[in-house]
Amino acid sequence: MAVVEVRGLKKSYGDVVALGGINLEVAPGEVVAMLGPNGAGKTTTIEILEGFRTPDAGAVTVLGSEPVAGGRSFRDRIGIVLQSSGIEGALTVEESLTMYSRYYSAPRPPDEVIELVGLGEKRGGRVATLSGGQRRRLDLALGILGAPELLFLDEPTTGFDPVARRHAWELIDQLSKTGTTILLTTHYLEEAQRLADRVVVIDRGVIVAQGDPATLGGRDTARAVIVFRLPEGVSVDGIPNAGSIEVSDRTVTLTTDQPTAALHELTRWALERGRELEGLEVKRPTLEDVYLRLVDRQPDGESVET
Amino acid sequence: MRPGWRLLVGQIGWEWRIFWRIPISAFFTFVFPLMLLVLLNLLFSGSTFGEGTGVAFAQGFTPAIAVFALVTSCYTSLAIGTAISRDEGVLKRAWGTPLPRWAYLGGRIGATVVIGLFSVAVMFVVGVVFYDVVIPWGRVPVIVLLLVVGAACFSALGVAVAGLTPNGQAAPAIANATLLPLAFISGVFFPLSFAPAWLSTIASIFPLRPMVESVSEQFNPAATPVFPWPEIGVMVAWGVLGVLLAARFFTWEPRAGGARRRRGAPEAA
Repeated sequence: MAVVEVRGLKKSYGDVVALGGINLEVAPGEVVAMLGPNGAGKTTTIEILEGFRTPDAGAVTVLGSEPVAGGRSFRDRIGIVLQSSGIEGALTVEESLTMYSRYYSAPRPPDEVIELVGLGEKRGGRVATLSGGQRRRLDLALGILGAPELLFLDEPTTGFDPVARRHAWELIDQLSKTGTTILLTTHYLEEAQRLADRVVVIDRGVIVAQGDPATLGGRDTARAVIVFRLPEGVSVDGIPNAGSIEVSDRTVTLTTDQPTAALHELTRWALERGRELEGLEVKRPTLEDVYLRLVDRQPDGESVET
Repeated sequence: MRPGWRLLVGQIGWEWRIFWRIPISAFFTFVFPLMLLVLLNLLFSGSTFGEGTGVAFAQGFTPAIAVFALVTSCYTSLAIGTAISRDEGVLKRAWGTPLPRWAYLGGRIGATVVIGLFSVAVMFVVGVVFYDVVIPWGRVPVIVLLLVVGAACFSALGVAVAGLTPNGQAAPAIANATLLPLAFISGVFFPLSFAPAWLSTIASIFPLRPMVESVSEQFNPAATPVFPWPEIGVMVAWGVLGVLLAARFFTWEPRAGGARRRRGAPEAA
């Protein structure tokens, strides 16, 4: 049975349509990343699944319950890391975890959670004295404190430095390996690629694509691009050409269906002439390329996450 | 899972601990009323409570200051603290856990009532030790009843005000602008014997004056107080109004940004 089951989910705020009919299933143990521009409907979706908001239409089942009606037993089985939420600044890190652990039927030991998120040195420090990244780690700690079956992470690593981000990724991997189902939103495509079994791209309240991050939008079968700098005194006409070729300034971009053969031809050509191909690269479309194509539009400063 | 009532009791303990770590709230609930008590005693030292009764003047205004301390805690502090916590997202976080919402809010209310009653006790201890206040032990059950009904009334109003404030920054202004003028016309800072009748009538409509007067009356050795039904009635009525307003306007989601507000009506509590 699916952990999350959503059919025809709709939600409007006044005249603004936030969700225009979302269908989504998340299997036990799956890690699903929701991608999309600000205001696309990611947070609205996740907050409906968490039981904070009531859908206008559609069927929503999370762990067998309707989230808004789930009550204590439902909340005992989920963990929530909101995009932003406060915490009593006067308590210490350890006290916060102790206080919140009382609410759950089978919490993880606070000490263990403090070590897991790497706040050991701040154990006795007041929450008010934590840096932004440390506070986010405390958010994460409080999210996993109840040993949830399903963990919601709304932009979990925003504000992390690269080291803290890797650390958080390892932690999320670890949770996933022990069977926790995870639904996260992120603006970092690297994060989605690294963590998710499946990415779901939402734009303007509808799902525009979903799939394995490695194959989304035909990434794996798309034409490869070979890029290098044109050697001095060489005309582009002399270069073996297995696909289409473009030259801009001195940068040559060669697009091909058969990158192995094309590369072989190209490097043999260069070796025979004793030339080095500077800046040689073979590229496939990145997740970012696919994502940008899917949500093709101008950056929108007005849109607000709901 | 722990039963809700045990979580409620635990929450009161945690809120108590948090309270003592925020000096500003401790100042307004304990130090400020104590300052009033000391200053009023300096102003009226040597006066007696009524002509030739021989009863210290402090017997009259210590109960009024004590009531004010209680109301400061369970109205002003509760309204400000809850509105700020809401906008910081503390309430929403609690909502997302298995802690029942009534236990969370009950913990905050319970803590301000306990703290307020503690402040009441401090005022009377200071009054008895330094200013010859005499506790009318036979009337203590009625006094406690009045304090508890008043605390419930002002807590309900405090939660209502938290719900009515547009954001946490506005909460101190709104809470103080409603309570302080009322305190002036309700006989907290000085007796109302010289106030015009119409002002006195207006003050009696609001819950603070009935609370101050009914408690003070119990401390007047010259009076033979009847059971204060009318005063309790006024406080209960305001308490019910507070509950209704809180049920209508109190929310668990932050209101800090205007954008969030414009986009959608926040869920009702």
